[in-house]
Amino acid sequence: MSVKQISVFLENKPGALVEMTKVLAANDVDMRAFSLAETSDFGIARIIVDDLYKTTTVLKDAGFVHSVSSVLAVAIPDVPGGLSQVLAVMAQEGSNIEYMYAFLGGKAGSAYMIFKVAGHHKAAAALGAAGIRLVDQEELSEL
Amino acid sequence: MAERYYQPEIETASREQIRQWQDERLVRQVRHVWDSVPYYRKKMEEKGLTPDDIQSAADLHKLPFLSKHDLREAYPYGLMGVPLKDCVRIHSTSGTTGKRVVAFYTQADIDLWEDCCARALTAAGATAEDVCQVSYGYGLFTGGAGLNGGSHKVGCLTVPISSGNTERQIMFIRDLNATILCCTPSYAAYLAETMKEMGLSPDQIPLKAGIFGAEAWSEEMRRDIEKTLGIKAYDIYGLTELSGPGVAFECSAQNGMHINEDHFLPEIIDPDTGEVLPDGEQGELVFTSLTKQAFPLLRYRTRDICVLSREKCSCGRTHVKMSKPRGRSDDMLIIRGVNVFPSQIETVLLNQGYSANYQIIVDRVNHSDTLDVQVEMTPEMFTDNVGEITRRQKELTDGLRSMLGIGAKVTLVAPKSIVRSEGKAVRVIDKRKI
Repeated sequence: MSVKQISVFLENKPGALVEMTKVLAANDVDMRAFSLAETSDFGIARIIVDDLYKTTTVLKDAGFVHSVSSVLAVAIPDVPGGLSQVLAVMAQEGSNIEYMYAFLGGKAGSAYMIFKVAGHHKAAAALGAAGIRLVDQEELSEL
Repeated sequence: MAERYYQPEIETASREQIRQWQDERLVRQVRHVWDSVPYYRKKMEEKGLTPDDIQSAADLHKLPFLSKHDLREAYPYGLMGVPLKDCVRIHSTSGTTGKRVVAFYTQADIDLWEDCCARALTAAGATAEDVCQVSYGYGLFTGGAGLNGGSHKVGCLTVPISSGNTERQIMFIRDLNATILCCTPSYAAYLAETMKEMGLSPDQIPLKAGIFGAEAWSEEMRRDIEKTLGIKAYDIYGLTELSGPGVAFECSAQNGMHINEDHFLPEIIDPDTGEVLPDGEQGELVFTSLTKQAFPLLRYRTRDICVLSREKCSCGRTHVKMSKPRGRSDDMLIIRGVNVFPSQIETVLLNQGYSANYQIIVDRVNHSDTLDVQVEMTPEMFTDNVGEITRRQKELTDGLRSMLGIGAKVTLVAPKSIVRSEGKAVRVIDKRKI
């Protein structure tokens, strides 16, 4: 159970990010999660959206280089040690995390994180077995 | 397919025959220049020369050089060999390297120039059956006029579309089944990129050959264009000072350009000392125009760096071949004391899978030169992993360092952010104020 994330190449210069968000806004794309990775000369915006097909199409038309990858969306138990519990399962499984970021859902008392791991099927199974809830694309759209 | 020639008796003539033409024509041309171009006559007199000192091509080395500087000094009429009333046309350089040069043509000059272009087109496989789209600029630039004339001589249906309006270019190629395309290599690459984006595969593009010149391009760029358009891409060489495109052209062997030696006598010299170098050594290409009347340049220094080869060519042509110039010495950058040609940077980029859309920015910060290579990110090179992109960026930096011998900064920029050119691409921005 994974969700699709769109990664967009951005130049590191003023206005690069707003160029992208303008395209999304003009096409009524609703972002569910967003994170930005940057180096000194370029950035990658990682977004999860309500309509994958429409978003990739409008980004392509606007000339943005992007790629789609599968990531895990995990509902983190909203208690002290919640994140640690999730990470422990992944470590146990030997799943290496390439990157992760948190986002807020609309429901009170819940926290969510996106994980990019190598071999996400295996990690997803292990999390499920440990009673940790994964969120699918559909549920994510409703959060 | 048997090799075809436009003027077989000239293009495959014996070396003795070619030499004989060169001897006779040089003697005649030196006399013509002495009688009609006071600017050059004065140069000869300064060296104590008269036309009698030139008895054959073996005496060529005695003559003084002409350089771009002379062309500027003598601008506009100082190097003319005939009265204005005998001229029928002018052309002018694109002025990418400074002040424009204006060259004059009699009808005979135009004829021989178009013959040279027809030889190039025939070598690329063009016949009267072909539709030849000339997407070089028309007007003062020699590209459009030269290939247009050559295409007429071959008997192709000529599409004089000129440069620009890429959508219309593609429409004509497809609707009229154009089989031959003539333009700058950077514009060919742009047309190829656009057709690929439109989802056209090589078998949906009727083109079979292209003649691309007027700027330096690499073997890797040739392979890319050939693959995307499904064509054979041939290089062509020329300069306005001598006539325009067609001074030399590639044949089916695609490994050097045959110089039309019956009209243009080549030499390779040491650019620093002016000494003539033996065949096979790299140096600056110098041309003597043997037949042109209106603008008869003797020993004109092209500033192009290349090598001449007289090895027998598989195509059957006997005229000497010049290597693809490593770049006009005008294009050569001296960065931290090291000679850098944009074509070297292009080779590294294409070898590593980047696009040919790049720009080189040279600056001077705290008295030290900086070299920044901006290259467009492509869908093929992009991943969501910052580390992976950074690793490739480092690989590119390392590749550039080993090719150039100096360090360069690599900046990845957004697609289409480097302006596409419809004529000559602007590859280098030199911000140094020296």
